[in-house]
Amino acid sequence: MIRKALIGSHAIAMAVKLANVEVISAYPITPQTIIVEKIADMIERGELKAEYIRVESEHSALAVVYGASAGGSRVFTATSSHGLLYMYEMLWWVANSRLPVVMAVVTRSIGPPWNIHTDHQDVLSVRDSGWIIGFAENVQEVLDMTLQAYKISEDRRVLLPSIIALDGFILSHTSEPVVIPEPSEVNEWLPPRKPLPFKVEAGKFFAVGNLGPDDVTMELRWYIWRAMERAKYTINEVSLDYAKRFNTGSPAGLLETYRTTDAKYIAISMGSWSGDIKEAIDILRDEGYSVGLIRLRYIRPFPLEELRDIVSSAKALIVFDRAVSMGHQGILGMEVVSATNSKIPVKNIIAGLGGVDVSHHDFSNIIRGFIEEYESGLSIEWSIPEWYMPWMIKESEER
Amino acid sequence: MSLKYKPIDLEKEALEDLRGFIDKLLSRPSLGSSGLTGTWRLYKPSIKIDKCIKCGICWLYCPDDVIRWVPKEYPSIDYNYCKGCGICSNVCPVKAIDLIIEGE
Repeated sequence: MIRKALIGSHAIAMAVKLANVEVISAYPITPQTIIVEKIADMIERGELKAEYIRVESEHSALAVVYGASAGGSRVFTATSSHGLLYMYEMLWWVANSRLPVVMAVVTRSIGPPWNIHTDHQDVLSVRDSGWIIGFAENVQEVLDMTLQAYKISEDRRVLLPSIIALDGFILSHTSEPVVIPEPSEVNEWLPPRKPLPFKVEAGKFFAVGNLGPDDVTMELRWYIWRAMERAKYTINEVSLDYAKRFNTGSPAGLLETYRTTDAKYIAISMGSWSGDIKEAIDILRDEGYSVGLIRLRYIRPFPLEELRDIVSSAKALIVFDRAVSMGHQGILGMEVVSATNSKIPVKNIIAGLGGVDVSHHDFSNIIRGFIEEYESGLSIEWSIPEWYMPWMIKESEER
Repeated sequence: MSLKYKPIDLEKEALEDLRGFIDKLLSRPSLGSSGLTGTWRLYKPSIKIDKCIKCGICWLYCPDDVIRWVPKEYPSIDYNYCKGCGICSNVCPVKAIDLIIEGE
């Protein structure tokens, strides 16, 4: 075990190397490029024995790893934003074929206007496809979650592909000290992949996903649903086992709680800005407010049971969204409302779209304002999300 | 199978699901695995034996492999699966295959 300063992109590449991935295919897009550059570098230096297949588009990149995974290999690809949208069709092919592909999505805003900075709109557009989707908070977690993703996806109780989402630039291009597990220990923990659910090879004749009767489609969806339910248990088991073995400091489970014990108001978030929200929680706790934070580590499968349990004694929730469903609410906001069955009021804040920087001062101001509004007894329009616009950030800085 | 799902025995249920999944997702080539596709036919190819030169070109070109032929023998068509695409009629060098409207 060594400690090293790594940027998020290199942490992903390091995890790919530790996992002994056999086939990599990708097409470069900012801010994902450094990941695949680093992997190409590792292969060229002979540090990683893998096949790197260059392609002309993201659609082809995922199609290549689909084929390689169907042939029994451990595979990896990575993309961002428009690249993810371009591979959209293949995402469903992979999930509906239950192939344990692992992909890093460096989150980035979708144009127009052309914008390379982070929000969660790209990765949440594939929310319903049957991929397991995890969100990292820091560079250590980027490495840990990528390694865990192989173990989870390849588990025969699951057999579903995994996405690791990391915020563009904030994690992908920022250096942090990272604990890197010993390769020999990782090899022991993550043995070579078993060719499940099936293996395409010479001399065996079968077709994958051929035309079939309608009831077959529905039955296959039902199996994916059940696998996703089992994935909740597997994620808990694998991440706990990982934490015990490698002791890197990342939390285990589908979600992380921060000062939620006895908290009357609970904030909910995903991704790197959760660190800023934790700082805001500390400020507000010092001021005497009873607040805490739930950070979802996975949005698919959704940690329904855990979330319900933790928020059951809270007065109100405040959800910070970096993605919005036009015509309704913030996407995480919708998820939380459906999970709580409308038993607890949920305030939905939409902020930080297109990479707009929201600091811990903003978070503490928003949460403080919300609690004061709630406790003053004024009626709150719960169903409408509130937009925290860039000019509000400027105002709060001037103050 | 019940309508609601709450995993109890993860290993056992996973194995059941995996078997069901593979059984439904994968298909193996076999005669008539997509049903009697001959019922799709609008035009029926009919071989005129007196013109046929037993060359086997129709057998070679048939995209659904429903023409039976061995060298130096007359070909025959399996109407259970022939969809009536007309390629055999088109490629026949001596115009020995006519397309007739199905049912006439």
